[in-house]
Amino acid sequence: MVIIGAGQAGLQIAECLRRGGHAGRLTLLGEEPWPPYQRPPLSKKYLAGDLADERVFCRPLAQLAKQEIEFRANTRVVAIDRTARAVVLASGERLAYTGLAIATGARPRALPVAGAEHPAVCYLRGLQDAQGLQAKLVRAQQVVVIGGGFIGLEVAATAREAGKTVSVIEGADRLMARAVAPGISSYFAQTHRARGVDLRFGCQVSGLVPVAAGGLRVELSDGGVLHADLVVAGVGALPNQELAAQAGLACANGIVVDEYARTNDPLIVAAGDCTWHVNRRYPAPLRLESVQNAVDQAKIAALSLLGVAQPYQDLPWFWSDQYDVKLQIAGLSLAHDTTVVRGGSEAFSVFYFAAGALVGVDSINRPADHMLARKLLSAGRAVTPAQAVDLAFDLKALLQDPTG
Amino acid sequence: MPKITFIDVDGTSYDAMVDAGLSLMEGAINVGVPGVLAICGGSCACSTCHGYIDDAWVALVGGPNDIEDATLELANERRAGSRLTCQVQVTAAMDGLVVHVAKND
Repeated sequence: MVIIGAGQAGLQIAECLRRGGHAGRLTLLGEEPWPPYQRPPLSKKYLAGDLADERVFCRPLAQLAKQEIEFRANTRVVAIDRTARAVVLASGERLAYTGLAIATGARPRALPVAGAEHPAVCYLRGLQDAQGLQAKLVRAQQVVVIGGGFIGLEVAATAREAGKTVSVIEGADRLMARAVAPGISSYFAQTHRARGVDLRFGCQVSGLVPVAAGGLRVELSDGGVLHADLVVAGVGALPNQELAAQAGLACANGIVVDEYARTNDPLIVAAGDCTWHVNRRYPAPLRLESVQNAVDQAKIAALSLLGVAQPYQDLPWFWSDQYDVKLQIAGLSLAHDTTVVRGGSEAFSVFYFAAGALVGVDSINRPADHMLARKLLSAGRAVTPAQAVDLAFDLKALLQDPTG
Repeated sequence: MPKITFIDVDGTSYDAMVDAGLSLMEGAINVGVPGVLAICGGSCACSTCHGYIDDAWVALVGGPNDIEDATLELANERRAGSRLTCQVQVTAAMDGLVVHVAKND
């Protein structure tokens, strides 16, 4: 078996294949020089300089060797030869497979602005990006973050905590607009502003002009101008699906896989950020960029390679740490018609309902709500808006009720 | 360097030499203790590194803070010595500590 991509999903597939009984050769191919590592700390503790490289690695190399997973770093795959059932490496070497998993992840969307190729413009996706950004952040004084999503805001928080002057440019009229309710957005807007971050809504960057003395002049669509020693763009990500597409595998907004993580080639599965996938909980295909999806979908993909068809139906969940604020998201709540708030002004959860059913919960500093929401949503328990808003009502009781 | 012993759900022991300053979770991951999943990587966001501090050590290790406590509230089979191992920083005084891994999924 061969796995292309040594991120969280690729590692999980490898370990699940081994644990699931695959006794043959197992090769995990990574383009980067490091063993599989965790991305979430890269915009937070790692960027702040609080973590050594080894502490973001998912496993010491010895643990991969112990499981007889042949991990190859610095190894780029240039083609999948489905007829010969082999992957072709940049070196020309060919690796035959009986089963293949694609876990190639995603890459940052490039900023579509003139001047964006300037070295003061950074993206954050991999460890190398984080190392570069960390070094530049130390020297920078004025940081402009483009994009008020998770990555942008986590970087903004880290930069602000390091004493930098920080502006965030967001095209929408609120933060994290594609992920959370307006109430959560405004809480975070207040949090960032209270820490001294300059938030600019409803405008885009229209130009990045190098300044002779160093840095960039950031020109905004509303006529505003900012100076930046460092620009960090967090404007979304694109699935790494080119290898799959070139091999004739179906692709949409990601590599198309069914609820068993199978591509249209029965010998090939895919998992993680790179997939346009089916989750039995939702009517339409999804592409998610999250640790949860990488890990849970990887398990399904590994099972499929082992000949076990287990449908993907895990509940999506996400988190973001900004300053000392913990945001936790359970379920996908974009298609909601009703929201209610449980809790007070500094620690609360927003419960989202669609046609009377609970579809998602966003929690701020309410981890118990989050853990409970994951259990309620996973089990499909009925919750009413009246129960959700009533702090005197013990939502845990709904877990015990088998008729829930 | 403190030696920590992890006992998995099957009763198998794993000894880990863990640098002071690392978390118990990191010590477990470094020697491949089954059941310490740590999906969120130590952000106190998932409870998949749940373990039980051996009774003899509970007082020395101490209890969870509010965030961890709330996260543990709905963890599988919470008991008196329950901790999220990612939130316990190893100190020299923990040499010999025994941690029982919870049923994490």
